Amino acid sequence: MFIAVPVDDKSMESKVCVSFGRAPYFLIYDTDSGKADFIDNAAAASQGGAGIKAAQTVVDSQAKVLLTPRCGENAAQVIDAAGIKMFKTINDSIQDNINAYKEGRLSPLDDIHPGFHGQGGK
Amino acid sequence: MKIAVLSGKGGTGKTLVSVNLAAVAGHAAYIDCDVEEPNGYLFLKPADVVTETIAVKIPVVDQKLCDGCRKCVEFCNFNALAYIDQKLMIFEEVCHSCGGCILLCPLRALTERDKSIGVIESGLSGDVRVMTGILNTGEASGIPIIKKLLADIPEGLTFIDCPPGSACIVMECVRDSDYCILVAEPTIFGAHNLALVHELVQLFGKPHGVVLNKCLEGPNPSEQYCLEKGIRILARIDYDRELGVLNSEARVAVHESDRYQAMFAALLETVKEEVQHETAIDPQR
Repeated sequence: MFIAVPVDDKSMESKVCVSFGRAPYFLIYDTDSGKADFIDNAAAASQGGAGIKAAQTVVDSQAKVLLTPRCGENAAQVIDAAGIKMFKTINDSIQDNINAYKEGRLSPLDDIHPGFHGQGGK
Repeated sequence: MKIAVLSGKGGTGKTLVSVNLAAVAGHAAYIDCDVEEPNGYLFLKPADVVTETIAVKIPVVDQKLCDGCRKCVEFCNFNALAYIDQKLMIFEEVCHSCGGCILLCPLRALTERDKSIGVIESGLSGDVRVMTGILNTGEASGIPIIKKLLADIPEGLTFIDCPPGSACIVMECVRDSDYCILVAEPTIFGAHNLALVHELVQLFGKPHGVVLNKCLEGPNPSEQYCLEKGIRILARIDYDRELGVLNSEARVAVHESDRYQAMFAALLETVKEEVQHETAIDPQR
C-alpha cells in the first residue's frame, strides 16, 4: 500500500513540508517493499487552487493514506472523495512519521483549515 | 467626468469625500464600488431603489457524458476542477468564469449556469443617482459587480467610491476614471498606504491629487509625502468633532453645515479645474 507525504526535497532525509498544496514534492512510500518514490507537485507554483491540484496528484499516485501537518478544505474534499485516509504528522521527520503510522500512533487529521488562498500561511 | 476616490487603507474618508462631493454637486452620480462593505447609501438614503442581481457563469457537468479525459482539469489555470473516482469535481468558488473548460470539452459534458454573486441597487437621493454594489458574503471576487456598475453609469459628473487598498479590484475602479482623489490620514501608516495608491495611479497615468483628512496640529507624514513627490494637495479636512458626530449619525455634512458646504464646494471646483487642465494639456486622455 502507498503512503503519500508532502516533503521539502527528494530524499528520505529531507523534511515533511509544512504546506500540503504548495509542497515541492510528494513522497510516495510503498509499505510492502519499503521503496520510496518522489514525485513533483506541479501545483506548487499555481496561481490558485494549489490544494485541489496537489490532491489530484496524490489521488493519481494511487496512495491510500496521506500523512500531512495540515490540509485546506478544498484539498480535503478531493482527498475524501478518493477515499484516502488523512493522518496528522507528529514532527518534521519523514521516517518518524512513517514508523508512527505503521505502529498506529498517528491521529486522523480533522482540523481542516479554510485555505490560505494566496495569503501565505507560514 | 469620472472621479475615482481611493485610499491605501480603509477608514481614511473615501466615503466622506465622495458622498459629500456628489451631494454638493447636486446633479451627479455616486457609485459605491466598495462591494464588500458598501456604506455610502447609509448617508445618501436613496429612494425608489431598483435591485439587479449580478451573476457569473459556472460550469456544470453531466457525469453521464464525461469520460474522464481531463482536458478541462489540465486547462484550468485556477485548478477549479478535479477528476476523482470516475467523477468530475467542480470548485465553484475557485472558478474565475472564463468558460474555457466548456469550450474544450470534446463530449460537451460541460454546460454553464448562472451563479448569483451579489446585487446592484440603484436609486435617487435628491438629484444624485446612487448605485451600490453589494457582494454576497463569502464570494471571492467582486470584480464582475464593479464591471457592471461602471458599464452602466450615466453621463455626467460621477464619483466612484473605491474599495480600500491597491489590488485588482481597485484597478478595475480606476481604469476608466478621468481623475483620482487620494484620501490620506496624518500618520506614518497613512503615508505608507498613500504611497501605495500613488504608485497605482501613476502606473495608470491618471491625473490625481490628495485630500488630507483628520488633520491635527504637528507633523503630517502624508503631507510630507505630497511635498516630496510634488503631489497637489486638494484640501485639508481637520480632525473635527462636529464632522465626527455628523458622520456617526449618517448625516451628509454639506447638508448640515455651512462650513462643510463651502469646503466641499471649493474642493469640487478645484477638482473640475484639475480635470479641465489635464484634458487641455493631454487631449488624448
